[in-house]
Formats: sequence, C-alpha cells, structure tokens
Amino acid sequence: MKRTLVCLIGVFIPFFLIHTYAFPDNPLPQKGSRLPEIKLAVPTAPAQRDYLGLTGDGFFTIADIKAKVVIIEIFSMYCPHCQREAPSVNQLYRTIENSPDAKGTVKLLGIGAGNDSFEVNYFSKTYEVPFPLFEDKDYLIHEQLGKPATPFFMGVRINTQGSHEVFYTHLGGFEGADQFLDEILKGSGLK
Amino acid sequence: MKKNRYLIFLVAVIAFFSMRAIGVSQVPRQDIYNPGLLKPTDSTLKVKVGDPLPDFSLPAVSGGQVSLSQFLGNSNMVISFIPAAWTPVCSDQWPGYNIAKELFDRYNAVLLGISVDNIPTLFAWTNHMGKLWFPVLSDFWPHGAFAQKLGILRSNGVSERAVFIVDKKGIIRYIDVHDINKRPSLGDIVRELEKLEK
Repeated sequence: MKRTLVCLIGVFIPFFLIHTYAFPDNPLPQKGSRLPEIKLAVPTAPAQRDYLGLTGDGFFTIADIKAKVVIIEIFSMYCPHCQREAPSVNQLYRTIENSPDAKGTVKLLGIGAGNDSFEVNYFSKTYEVPFPLFEDKDYLIHEQLGKPATPFFMGVRINTQGSHEVFYTHLGGFEGADQFLDEILKGSGLK
Repeated sequence: MKKNRYLIFLVAVIAFFSMRAIGVSQVPRQDIYNPGLLKPTDSTLKVKVGDPLPDFSLPAVSGGQVSLSQFLGNSNMVISFIPAAWTPVCSDQWPGYNIAKELFDRYNAVLLGISVDNIPTLFAWTNHMGKLWFPVLSDFWPHGAFAQKLGILRSNGVSERAVFIVDKKGIIRYIDVHDINKRPSLGDIVRELEKLEK
C-alpha cells in the first residue's frame, strides 16, 4: 500500500512539475516585456511592403518593421466588437498618417486570431482597412500572446539596436483616435 | 415650444444610446459556458453528398416555421448547425456570417442557422449578437429530430458543428461535419457555393 502511494506520488509530482513549468499558459504581454517571436508573412502587395519598410519574401518579425513604434491590433472577423471598432481603427491609421509626429515612425497592423486569409481579406475589404492585416489561422500567435480577448491593442517600441519592448496594452475599443495616438506618442517617448 | 425641444433632444439622446447598445452587442464572456476540449465528432452521418436533403419544418426565433419547401426551386441553402448556445466557439461563429450577407446573396444562397436549443434560449443568446440577418431555427422538439435524420446528433444530445450546402433542387452538395472545437472557415463555404448554379 505504502509502496503504491510512493509510486503514485513519484509519478504525479514530476508530471505536475513538467506540465506546470514546461507547458505554462503564456501570459498576456506586459508593459516593459519583450514580445514572443511573432513571425508574419511579408505582404505580397507592394504598398503594404513599402508601408512596413520590408523587402524580399518569407517572414518578418515586428522588430524588422521600419518604425520606432508599431501598434498591433489582435482582432477577429467573427468578433462583433472588432467589427464595430473597425472604422475607429481606420481613423487611427489616418490620424497617424496626418500627424507630423507619427507619420513614418508609427506603423499599424492587425493580426486576425483564428482567421484564415479569406477571412482576413474579407474583413479588410468590408471595412476598407487601409493598413496591413495578417492571418493567424491556427491561433498560434494568439496563443503566444496569452489568448487575449479581442480587440486587443499593443504598442511596441523598436529600439535602435533592433531590440523591442511592449510599452502599451489596451483591451477593447478606444475613445478617439487623437487621444489614442497621444497616449502612444507619450507612452513611447516620441512626444 | 422650448419644453418640446428638450423632449426631442432627450428622445434623440436615448435613441442614440439605445442604438449604440444594440450595435455593441456581444455575448458577455462571463455568460459563456466552456465545456472544455470535446471529442471532435461523435455521430455517424446518415446522408451523403448527392442525396436529397431530408424534409424539415422548424420554428424560427423570429416567429413562424421555416421549411425546405420554401427554398426548393428558388435558392441554394447553407445550413449551419451549431452544437449549443452560450458556448465559446458557437458564440464566435454566426457573428462572422452576419457581415457576409453579400457573399450569400452573390450565390443566391439562404443561410439557415440551426441549434437543438429551445426558442427562448436561442432568443436570449442571439440577441447578444446584435441583429442577425438570417433565420435561426430551433431543432429542440422532438429533440434534435432533424439533426438525427442527418446523422449529426451527438451522444449527449447536442448536434455536431456542421455545414450542409444544398442546391436549389434540394440535393446535398457539400457536407462538413467539423471538429466541434473549431470554427469552419467562411472561405470553404464560399468556395463550395462558387460551384453551384445560382
């Protein structure tokens, strides 16, 4: 009996430790932390490649983007909040492009959690999204980022040495594009 | 006169916020029951591509009955079965179809959402999704009878997450009994609709 108990404990404890430490749930990105390595396919559209400052084919990471700050929206075509917020996020893009402080240094992109290319393109077309959207068909990036509810926004500062740091996170819609951009500029130190 | 103006202003403000409330509707996270990871499929199909769709007449959340005969000779049909209201993947499926009406229209297809939940449950649940443009039908009583005819009623009494595409003649042209834990792609539905005569 005692032997069985010892055996059970001997099996259970390593299993528990392995499960807890080797396969932990990823945490949501925290301010001051680095993003997990997110790999996205280089867009085929030249305008989107130019916007992000990318060349060639294959994959890129957030730090490869030619910008001082990258705003990432995690969205889903199937999420009613994301549908409702789409015009506001488009307005954010226009506000960035019209801001002398932000144009060229702040870039915006979206990642469709659980959305394949058809669904991402349909969302983009339906809401006339002017910035690049990327698919995350199998939720791999969504899981890397701790499975945030959508829409979820992150501000990432790209440092000159090529490192990067999350300086801003926000769940849900935002009040206004001007205010949002102001928070991004102040939070990143660009203003 | 001044009093009337205030009244109109008040009504306009209330109307604005009411419309906004409808627009932002989403099934609240705290009301979603998570059943965890389930066996991907748990039934045996009784129909196959090329078979006529078994007849059905089901009550709609919006009122009245919806029957196969209404669409024969007129429209193609996309039938989306979801397993259960108030569960994670299901709550994230129909809201996506809700912005895709023009895709269904393009292929002269009606979309029918079906669940084995009863009407009051479906009423409360779909209200949180905003206004759905397609009929939501209840296959509650006799319990899951239509799902049973198709062979997609699981052993615990809910249906599979399944998509059936049926042409204007009532012939089944596509069946996807999907992994219940995952959402079928809208792109797959559209690619199948492209093959049908409008």
